Amino acid sequence: MSGHNESILREPLITGDNITYAKITDDILGPVENKPNKAWWIGFIFASLGALLWVVAVSYTFWNGIGEWGLNKTVGWAWDITGFVWWVGIGHAGTLISAVLLLFRQNWRNSINRSAEAMTIFAVICAATYVVSHMGRPWLAYWVLPLPNQFGSLWVNFNSPLVWDMFAISTYFSVSLLFWYTGLLPDIATIRDRATGTRKKIYSIFSFGWSGSVKTWQRFEAVSLILAGISTPLVLSVHTIVSMDFATSVIPGWHTTIFPPYFVAGAIFSGFAMVLTLLLVARKVLGLENYITMFHIESMNKIIILTGSIVGVAYLTEFFIAWYSGSEYEQYAFINRSTGPYWWAYWMMMTCNVISPQLLWFKKIRLSIRATWILSIVVNIGMWFERFVIIVTSLHRDYIPSSWAMFYPTWVDVSIFIGSIGLFFTLFLLFLRVLPSIAIAEVKLLLKTSSEQAKKLQIKGGHENKEYVTEYVESLDKFDSVKQEEYAKV
Amino acid sequence: MSNIKYILGSFGDPDEMMHGIDKLQANNITIHDVYTPMPIHGIEAKLGIKRSRIDIAAFCFGITGTCAAFALIYFCAVIDWRVNIGGKPSFALPDFIPIMFELTVLFCAFGMVLTYYASTHLFPGRSPRVMDLRATDDRFVIAVDAKENAEHTVIDGLLKEAGALEVKYNERKYISYE
Repeated sequence: MSGHNESILREPLITGDNITYAKITDDILGPVENKPNKAWWIGFIFASLGALLWVVAVSYTFWNGIGEWGLNKTVGWAWDITGFVWWVGIGHAGTLISAVLLLFRQNWRNSINRSAEAMTIFAVICAATYVVSHMGRPWLAYWVLPLPNQFGSLWVNFNSPLVWDMFAISTYFSVSLLFWYTGLLPDIATIRDRATGTRKKIYSIFSFGWSGSVKTWQRFEAVSLILAGISTPLVLSVHTIVSMDFATSVIPGWHTTIFPPYFVAGAIFSGFAMVLTLLLVARKVLGLENYITMFHIESMNKIIILTGSIVGVAYLTEFFIAWYSGSEYEQYAFINRSTGPYWWAYWMMMTCNVISPQLLWFKKIRLSIRATWILSIVVNIGMWFERFVIIVTSLHRDYIPSSWAMFYPTWVDVSIFIGSIGLFFTLFLLFLRVLPSIAIAEVKLLLKTSSEQAKKLQIKGGHENKEYVTEYVESLDKFDSVKQEEYAKV
Repeated sequence: MSNIKYILGSFGDPDEMMHGIDKLQANNITIHDVYTPMPIHGIEAKLGIKRSRIDIAAFCFGITGTCAAFALIYFCAVIDWRVNIGGKPSFALPDFIPIMFELTVLFCAFGMVLTYYASTHLFPGRSPRVMDLRATDDRFVIAVDAKENAEHTVIDGLLKEAGALEVKYNERKYISYE
């Protein structure tokens, strides 16, 4: 291991002094092994009230049918698909962080992948509930599976993007769950070996008998890498397919070839924003500042600038192509989006998604926790409006002016949306209590190579070029815990 | 005859543990296994663990998924129940690709992970076979089979020399849980 030290020019991934393997375990398992604090309870009470609202609103929909939603003859898809696409998009960052960054050997993913993957699972659950409740007769949801149904051997239509969606979302959910759970095994074993009584028994069942022997670890890494390799195209395919629900139709504003890459970029954009929203709070409440450092936050902010700019270019391209195509329906759809009755939604989307992330070019903003947190929420709002704009503004005025209408959500629409956020946070808060929110084994891997401590040792050893050392020390004011004077002593 | 089954050298640092493995091997002492709280790179070469063939398994499962998806769609949409949609061909291969891709990933992921669980004896509820409870926390443990290697004091000395914080003689194969 030694001799593999990372250049001191790279910022440390674990800050703080006197960090040992045992301390990493203690710090990360603190929230799992101890009673929850006040902040957790307050969050949990609010979130579970939201989840309760969701139960009420969804049950009401099941009982009375989707006539309870604000849908009308023209706008047949509204908040349901908006919510569905929004949640699926949020889910994508988890896989992106755990798979793509693993393939690119980005070690900074190690501290954030676990909670991002958990976020994926919960976001996809929220997305799936929208699909099921929007079916009208949800008890027949199994009809989307390729089963010869009650009418004889009539199969689902394999040419339909909605069937592709069913395959894509269920594969995505189950593969993400598998990836997440397999990665959790060593950490569950850590909890098991520290627990006593009933807790020990429970964690012992879920640890699958993990012992940490060499062969298990070696195969574990091979499995993780291959899972990352297949999850990367999977995550791209899922949102591509979701976008095809729209792109294969004939509605002006929907049948555009830019949708697949644009939806994928938007998904990463909103997903990273949600990761930031959650982790900025979690690191503070759970005291994990040493593991989720400013470097992690800055890196995620950089991804948000990139994907936000891609999304911005996509918006402009759509507009350009609408004009350039010469199709008057397409042209009208876009002029109507920006100046018609839903202009406020369109400009809300533009402000939140295109303009606001550009603020992150400023280092001060990128390194400010408060500004980052506010911007991450702004992006989440913007991305919801993006889906709303695509769906509702395209549907509310189609080819026949006599059928033009407006969409007004009912209390059920609003409650299902707020409720799904409650459900998501309830699940996430419960996750923080029962499983480690940071991959313990993966973070331990960084201690000897890329922690602040390791870098100090390198400087102490005198192996480093003096210029590098000065440069490193000068860059330190960014980190949360490091003081320049401490390095002066070294 | 003593009842000692395993001698465990418990290290606090992975480098020292690697050093310990070298020392034991230099003295022709065979190592039963090593237990660590995190993956240690380079250790498999030292212990002579062969490269994993799980990637081959993954590929086979993936191909099975592709074929299964194609077979299912072809059977349903072309053989069993052709649906005439505006005179379009039933055998529309480009439309089959998304599902074929998804099932490739699905079969590959599940097949590979289940193979992994089977080959490393992991399954829900299996009682954990740990030798030292701290091996999943902050200790790097080398286990030496005490029956095969008779000179216990030599092993003890070598482990301590390499920097072992503690040397334990386990009389049971595995501790706790059983």
